[in-house]
Amino acid sequence: MNNRILGALRSPITFSVLAGVLIGALFLVGTGADPIASYEAVLTGSLGADGIGSTLTTGTSVLGMALALAIPLRAGLINLGGDGQMVLGGITAAVTGLYSPLPAPLTVVLALLAGMAAGAAYAALAALCENHFGVPLLVSSLLLSYPAVSLASYLARYPLKEPGSSLPQTRSLPDGVALPAFGDSTVTWGLVLVVLAAAAYWFTDQRTAIGYEIRMTGLNSRFAAYAGVERRGLTLKLMSVSGATAGLVGAIGVLSFPYRFVDGSLTAPGYTWTGLTAALLATAAPLGTVVASFFFAVLQVGGLAMERTTEVPRELTQVLQAIVIVFLAARLRFPSRWFNRRKEAV
Amino acid sequence: MFFDSDLLMSALRALTPILLAALGGAICERAGVFNIGLEGMMLMGCFTAVATSWFTGSPWLGVLAAALAAAAYSLILAVGTVTLRGDAVVLGVAMNLLAVGLTSFLLRTVFGVQGTFDDPSLAGLPLIGGLSPLAYVSWAAVAVAALMLSRHVWGLRLRGVGEAPDAAATLGVSPTKYKYAAVLVSGVLCGLAGAQLALGNVTLFTENMTAGRGWIAVVAVMLGRALPLGVLLAALLFGLAEAAGFRLQGLGLPQQATDAAPYVVTLGALFLTTARRRRRVRPSSTGAAS
Repeated sequence: MNNRILGALRSPITFSVLAGVLIGALFLVGTGADPIASYEAVLTGSLGADGIGSTLTTGTSVLGMALALAIPLRAGLINLGGDGQMVLGGITAAVTGLYSPLPAPLTVVLALLAGMAAGAAYAALAALCENHFGVPLLVSSLLLSYPAVSLASYLARYPLKEPGSSLPQTRSLPDGVALPAFGDSTVTWGLVLVVLAAAAYWFTDQRTAIGYEIRMTGLNSRFAAYAGVERRGLTLKLMSVSGATAGLVGAIGVLSFPYRFVDGSLTAPGYTWTGLTAALLATAAPLGTVVASFFFAVLQVGGLAMERTTEVPRELTQVLQAIVIVFLAARLRFPSRWFNRRKEAV
Repeated sequence: MFFDSDLLMSALRALTPILLAALGGAICERAGVFNIGLEGMMLMGCFTAVATSWFTGSPWLGVLAAALAAAAYSLILAVGTVTLRGDAVVLGVAMNLLAVGLTSFLLRTVFGVQGTFDDPSLAGLPLIGGLSPLAYVSWAAVAVAALMLSRHVWGLRLRGVGEAPDAAATLGVSPTKYKYAAVLVSGVLCGLAGAQLALGNVTLFTENMTAGRGWIAVVAVMLGRALPLGVLLAALLFGLAEAAGFRLQGLGLPQQATDAAPYVVTLGALFLTTARRRRRVRPSSTGAAS
C-alpha cells in the first residue's frame, strides 16, 4: 500500500499539477496579486454555495467532451475535431427540437439522439478519411471541424435565424422541449446523461473484450494488430462513439438554458480543448478522466471568481491547464532518489 | 474578371504566413521532429510583434522580437521531445493551447483590453511593391532551404539525422544538435509568420488570431512532402483558396462559405495526392501516410 501511495506521488501527473500550480503562483505574483488569496478565490468561487451549480453545469460539458476525446485516445487516436462534431450535434438537436411533431418529452429524446447521430456521422467521416484516403486522423478530424462550425454558424445566421432578433441565434425551442433542471439551478439531466456515459465507458474499458482490445491498441498498436485487432474497424467504431458523445454535449447545450442554438456559444468556452486536456492528463483512463474534468471545471469557473475578486484575468487558468499538459507530455517527474531513500526507511 | 492581378496579390498576402510556418515545419520534419506546435509559435510571434512595435514604435524591432520570442518558445518542443523524449503530438497540442492562454492573458495584463488590441498609432510593416518585405523574405527562405537541404553539408546531415539517427550518430553527427537547430529555425520562421500576420496582413492583435493557419501549415508540409518547393506550392494553393473566397464573398456568397473554403480545398488536395501515392505503392502500403 505504501508503495502505491509513493508511486502515485511520484507519478508525472502529480508533478505536472503541482508544477502548474506553482508556475501559476509565479504569474500571480508577477501581476501583483496574492497567490494564496487568488487560489482561495478559485476554490470558494467554484465550490462554494454560489459557484457549485455553475461548476456542475460547466463540468457537464467539460466531462462530456473529455469523454469524447478520451475514448479514441485510449487506443492512441487523437480526435481534434470535437468542436465540429459538438456544434453539428447542437444544431441538429435545435432543428429537431423546433420542427419535430412529437410531444415535448419524446422530442427531447429524439433531439438528443439526432444530435448524437450527427456528431457520430461527422466523426466517422474523419475516420474514413484515415482508413481509405490515407489522411492522418489528427489532420482529417481537425480540417473537417472548421467547415462544420462554419455551416452551423451560417444556419444560425440565415435560414434558421430568429426573425427580428439582432443576435445570431435560432428561435427558442417550444415549451417543454428542454432537459429538466434540478430545482431552480442551471444543472440539468444533462449531467446525469454525461455521468452515465462515463460509467458506460468505465464498464467497457474495464470489463469487456473490446475495452481490452482498445487498451492493447493504445499501448502497442502493432502488437494489437498482430493479435488480431482490426485497426480500421476499431478506428471507425471509436470515432463514431467519440463523435456521438461530442454531439450529445452539443445537444445538451441546446436543450439547456438558453434553449436554442446560439452561434459561438458552444465553441467559445473552449470545452473541446479543456476536455482534451483533461483526457490527456488522465491518459484517457475512465475514472481519471472524470476527476480531471472536475478539476478543470473548477479551474474554469473559479477563474471567473478570481477575476472578480483579485482582478487577475481568468485566462490565467487556461495558461495553468496548458502548463500541466506541457509538463506531462515532457514526462517530467520528481527524481526517483527522493523517494528511494524514504522507501528504504520504510 | 475573376482572375486578375488583385486576386494574385491577395493570394500572395495570404500565402506568406503559411509559407513561413510550413517551411519551418518541413525543416523539422526532415530532421525527424514532428512539429504540430506551429500554430502556437506563430501566435506567440503575433503578440510579441505587436507588443514590441507598440512600445518601441518600430515594426522592424517587432519582427526581430517576434522571431526571438517564437524561437525561445520552440525550445519547449526541443527540450520536451529531443532531450526528454516526450510525445511530440501531445506536446504540440499543449503548446498551441498554452500560446492561446498566454497571449490572451498578456493581452489583458499588458494592454488592459480583452479580445482585440487595435490602435491607429500601432506601426505596421511598410509595403514594397504592394507586398510586405516579409513576403520576399519567405521566398528567399524557400530558395535557401531548398539549396541547404539538397546541396549543403548541413542539409545533408540534417536529413541524415531525420532518416537514420543512429547511423548519423555513428558518423559523428549529433542528432540532438541538428534536431535542436531544426526546431529553433522553425521557431524563427513561425515568429516571422506571426509578425507578418499581425503587422503585415493586418495591424492589430486578436485573441487566437492565427485561426488554424498553423494547422494549415502542418498540412502543407504533408502535401508538399516536406520539400521546400512542394511546401511553396501547397501554401500557394491555400493562399489562392483564401483569396478566391474573399472574392466570392464580394459576389454575394455568405462569409461562412468562404471561411470554410481553404480547409475544404486543403482536405481535397490531401485526398488527391495521398490517393495517387497509395495507388503507386500498393500493395505493400500499410495505409497511413507518414
